[in-house]
Amino acid sequence: MMQDYEVVVGIEVHVELATESKVFCGCRTAFGAEPNTQTCPVCLGMPGALPVLNRRALEYAIRTALALNCSIADRTKFDRKNYFYPDLPKGYQISQYDLPIGSNGYIYVDVEGEAKRIRIKRVHLEEETAKLMHAGDDIISATHSLLDFNRAGIPLVEIVSEADMRSADEARAYLSKLRSILLAMGVSDCKMEEGSMRCEANISVMPRGSKEFGTLVELKNIASFRAVHRAIQYEAARQIEVVSSGGAVARETRHWDDARGETAFMRGKEEAHDYRYFPDPDLGPIVIEKPWVDRIGDEMPELPDAKGERYMREWDLPKYDASQIADSRDLSEFFEKTCAIVGDGREVAKWILGEVLASLNATGIELSESKLTPELLAELIELVQTGKISGKIAKSVFEEVFNEGKRPGDIVRNRGLLQISDVGELVSIVEKVIDANPGPVADYHAGKTRALGFLVGQVMKETRGRANPQETNRILKEELDRRA
Amino acid sequence: MKLCDMTIHELAMLLKAGEATSMEITKSVLDRIDEVEELIGAYVTVTRDEALEQANAADERIAIARKRGDFSGISPLTGIPLALKDNVCTKGTRTTCSSRMLADFVPPYDATVVGRLRDLGAVIVGKTNMDEFAMGSSTENSAFHVTRNPWDLERVPGGSSGGSAAAVAAGEAIGALGTDTGGSIRQPASFCGLVGMKPTYGRVSRYGVVAFSSSLDQVGPMTKDVRDCAIMLAAISGRDMRDATSSPEPVPDYSSLLEGSVEGLTVGVPAEFLHSGLDSGIRELMDGAIRMLQEAGLEVAEVSLPHFEHAIAVYYLISSAEASSNLARIDGVRYGYRAPDASGVQELIRRSRSEAFGPEVKRRIMLGTHALSSKHYEEHYVKALKARTLLIEDMNQAFNKCDCMICPTCPTVAFKIGEKPDDPVAVYLMDIYTTIVNLTGVPAVSVPCGALGGLPVGAQLIGKAFDEGTLLRIAYSLEKACAISDRRAPVAAADGRRGK
Ligand SMILES: [Zn+2]
Repeated sequence: MMQDYEVVVGIEVHVELATESKVFCGCRTAFGAEPNTQTCPVCLGMPGALPVLNRRALEYAIRTALALNCSIADRTKFDRKNYFYPDLPKGYQISQYDLPIGSNGYIYVDVEGEAKRIRIKRVHLEEETAKLMHAGDDIISATHSLLDFNRAGIPLVEIVSEADMRSADEARAYLSKLRSILLAMGVSDCKMEEGSMRCEANISVMPRGSKEFGTLVELKNIASFRAVHRAIQYEAARQIEVVSSGGAVARETRHWDDARGETAFMRGKEEAHDYRYFPDPDLGPIVIEKPWVDRIGDEMPELPDAKGERYMREWDLPKYDASQIADSRDLSEFFEKTCAIVGDGREVAKWILGEVLASLNATGIELSESKLTPELLAELIELVQTGKISGKIAKSVFEEVFNEGKRPGDIVRNRGLLQISDVGELVSIVEKVIDANPGPVADYHAGKTRALGFLVGQVMKETRGRANPQETNRILKEELDRRA
Repeated sequence: MKLCDMTIHELAMLLKAGEATSMEITKSVLDRIDEVEELIGAYVTVTRDEALEQANAADERIAIARKRGDFSGISPLTGIPLALKDNVCTKGTRTTCSSRMLADFVPPYDATVVGRLRDLGAVIVGKTNMDEFAMGSSTENSAFHVTRNPWDLERVPGGSSGGSAAAVAAGEAIGALGTDTGGSIRQPASFCGLVGMKPTYGRVSRYGVVAFSSSLDQVGPMTKDVRDCAIMLAAISGRDMRDATSSPEPVPDYSSLLEGSVEGLTVGVPAEFLHSGLDSGIRELMDGAIRMLQEAGLEVAEVSLPHFEHAIAVYYLISSAEASSNLARIDGVRYGYRAPDASGVQELIRRSRSEAFGPEVKRRIMLGTHALSSKHYEEHYVKALKARTLLIEDMNQAFNKCDCMICPTCPTVAFKIGEKPDDPVAVYLMDIYTTIVNLTGVPAVSVPCGALGGLPVGAQLIGKAFDEGTLLRIAYSLEKACAISDRRAPVAAADGRRGK
C-alpha cells in the first residue's frame, strides 16, 4: 500500500545565530547563564523600550541566505507578528513577513548517490522567544511556570524549503546538509539538543504519479534528526492509512510525541492565529547595500559542496569520500591540517573515513574531544610511507594513539614493531622458512602458486608481521626460483 | 511675581547671577503645589524629596561654576523644576500612564529624554496626569482623577498632556514635557495659554516613552513662552542610539535663532483650514495673528492641503493599529496589574487586560485589532498608509510655497468638564488641525494668540521637517506681536495676590 503513495515533505528550520549579542538589544547570548541575567528593558518588553537592529545578526542572516544560494533583498523590513503568549514579552514577535532577506535559493542533497536539488523558499531574520518551563511533570499538572528571558531576543533565522522532499530519508539528508552548511558558515552551532536548531515539517501524501498534493499537516516538536525521520515516517503512514481507507486527511497541526513515537492532534485550521502582521514602525525600512552583500559573499567561508569538489580536484578523492569529509566541519578541518603535513590526501582520507570514523563511532565522542591530532595521524602515515612500519602494524597502533594520544613513533619503537626491510636479514628468515616447509615448497615448484601466500604468511609469523611485505615477496620468489 | 510664576530663562539668569537658588525656586514650586494641587489635580506623583535633593545638587553645581568663573557646564535648565508626563519612564519613580494597568509600575530605567534633563541638572518635580495611555483630548480619561484648567476650574486642560499643561499654567512646574501623537501637546497648550511644540518625527528620542503610536509619537516641551520652548527643545533633541527612528540631523542652538529677522519669509494659510464652520471668535484671532505676522515682515500666501479632510480617519486607523500592538506587552505577566486567581495563562492575560484597561483604551485596541486583521487589512490599514502618503505629498507641495503655515490649534476653547460630546466621533474632530502634522512628520508649535471669554486660544504654526529653528523664530515674532502682558492663569495670579 505504501508504494502506491508518494510522501511530500517541506521543512521549516529555525536556527539561532551565534552572534555575541541579541538581535535588537546589547544583551549577551551565552548559553547556560543563570536565568534572567542576560536581560534589559528591550528584551524584557518593558514599556517604552525600543529595538535597534544588530548589524552583525543581519550580516549572519545574509551569509546564511547566500550560502543557500538565495537572492538577497535590496530593501527589506521587519514586521510584527502579534499574538499573546507568556514567552513573548512584547505581545508580538519581530519577524519578517513579505520581504524576507533571502528568497529563491536551493541546496543539493545526496539522495541515493544522486545530487537532488531542494529549493529554499525563503530565509528571514526574527527574534527568539523566552524559555518557558512548567514547574511539575507536565503542562496540565504544573502549578506555575517559570520564564527565562536570557533566550528572548537571540537572533533566529527561519529557513523554509519548498515541498521538494519525497521521503523521510530525504528530509533527514536535507537537514543534515543544511546543518553542515550552517556549521561551515560559522553562523550557528546548530545544536538540536540545546534548541539552537529546531525544525517543523509539512507533510502530505498523494497517489504516486499524481500532480496534486494532498492536504498538508504541520508537525511540531521535532527535537532531533532521528525524530525527524521517525515523525515523518509515522505521519506519512498515518495519512496513507486514512486516505487508502477512503477517509480525508484534515488540515491541522500535530504534535510529535517522541516517547510514544506518535503524532497527536494539536490544533485545527480554524484555530489558526490571525497574526495581524504589519511593518514594525520602530525599525523602519532596511536598505541592504549591494557592496556589503558582495563583501559578505567574498569573505564567506568555503561551502561544503565547493570544498568537496576541491578535494576531488586536489587529491583525486572519489566523490563520495570527498563529500563525506567536506560536509563535516570537524573532519574537513582535520583532513586539511593532516594533508598539509603529509601531502597525501588519498591516504589521509582513507584513514579518516576508516579508522578515525570507526573509533569515533565506537567511543561516541567528537573528534575535538579525542586525543588524536593531525600531527599524530600524519606521523603514523609517514611511518607507513617511509616503510618503517606496515599498514597492518599502523592499524594496530592506531587505537593507542587515538585513546591515549601517544606518538606513533614512540609506540612502534618501544614495542619493537619497526618493519624489517634489510635484505640480509630478510634473506636469512626466508631461507629458514623454506627449509622448514618442504611440502609447500614442493607444491610451489609443482606450479601451485597459492603456496607462495602460505610461505609469506610464515615469514610474517616469524617476524610478528614486521617483515616488509613487498621485499618479502620479492626475496621469497627469488629464493624459490633459485632452488627450483 | 513669585519664582514659580517666572520662566525658565528668567530663572536661569537669577541662578547665574546668584539672586536665587534652585532650592528657593523648587520650594516655591512645591509651595504652589501645596496650595493649588487639590484644585488642579495636575500630578499623579509628586517627587518632593527627590526634587529637593536635585535642587541641592544643582545649587552645588552652580556654586562650583561660580567659584571657577566657568559657567560652561551650566545649562539654562540647571536647577529648574520641571514636570514629566506620566508616560515618560523614570527610574525608581512609578510611571503609570494614568492607567490602573501600570498604577504600581516602577521602571528600572530612565527614558533618554529624562537622562538628558538629569545630566543638565534639571529638577524633576513629578509626573503629570494624562488621558490613559495618551488616548484622549481632555485628561478626563485618566483612571485616577480629573485635572482642571487653571484658567477656569470648571473646564478641562485639554489632553492628553493635560496634567503637564495645567502644572505649568498654574506654576506647579516651570516647564514640562508632554507627548504628542495627534495633538496631545499642542491642544492642551492652546487650552492653557502655553507654548507647546511637537518636534519633527525623529528629532527627539522616543526611548523610554511608553508607546501609543510609534510612527506618530514625539516628546516635546510645554512652556510659558517661546524662548523656554527653544531651551527645552535643544536639551532633549538629537540622535539616540537606542531609538532607530531618531535622526542624526545636528541640533542647533534654538535660543540663539529666535531674534533673527523674519523678513522675506512666507507664512502659508491653508484654505481648507479656515472653513466656514469655524467659530467666528477663533477666526478673528487667526486673522489677527496673520496680520501681525504680516506686519512683522512675513509674506502671506494661500496654500492648499487637498486631502486634509481624510487626516482624522487616517490618524485613527494608523494610531489605533499601532496602539493595539504596542499595548500587547502589558499583559499582567511581567509587570503591571495582574488579575487575581486566574486559573490559566490565557485567562490571566484576558482578565488582567479586561479589568485594568479603561474604556477608551479598549475602544482603540479593538479598532486597531480590527484594522490589522487579515480580512480588513487592505481596506483599512493599507488604505490608510496610502492616504498618509498623499498627505505627505500635500505637505511637500504646500511647503514649496511657504516657510510655515498657520491655522488654529483647536477649533474651540477649553470645554467644560463632563461636557464633551457623547459621540466619540465629535471629540475626535477636535484633533482636526493637529493630526495631519503627526501624520506628515513635520514640526508644529501652538502659540497663545489671544483669548475668548477669558480662555486662551492658540495659533498653530507648522514648519518644515527639521527646521524647528525657523519655526521658533516665527513663533517668537508672533509672540512678541501678540504682547500678552500677564500670562499667568487666574489660579496663579490669585496666589500672587495672596502672596503679597
Ligand atoms: Zn536585552
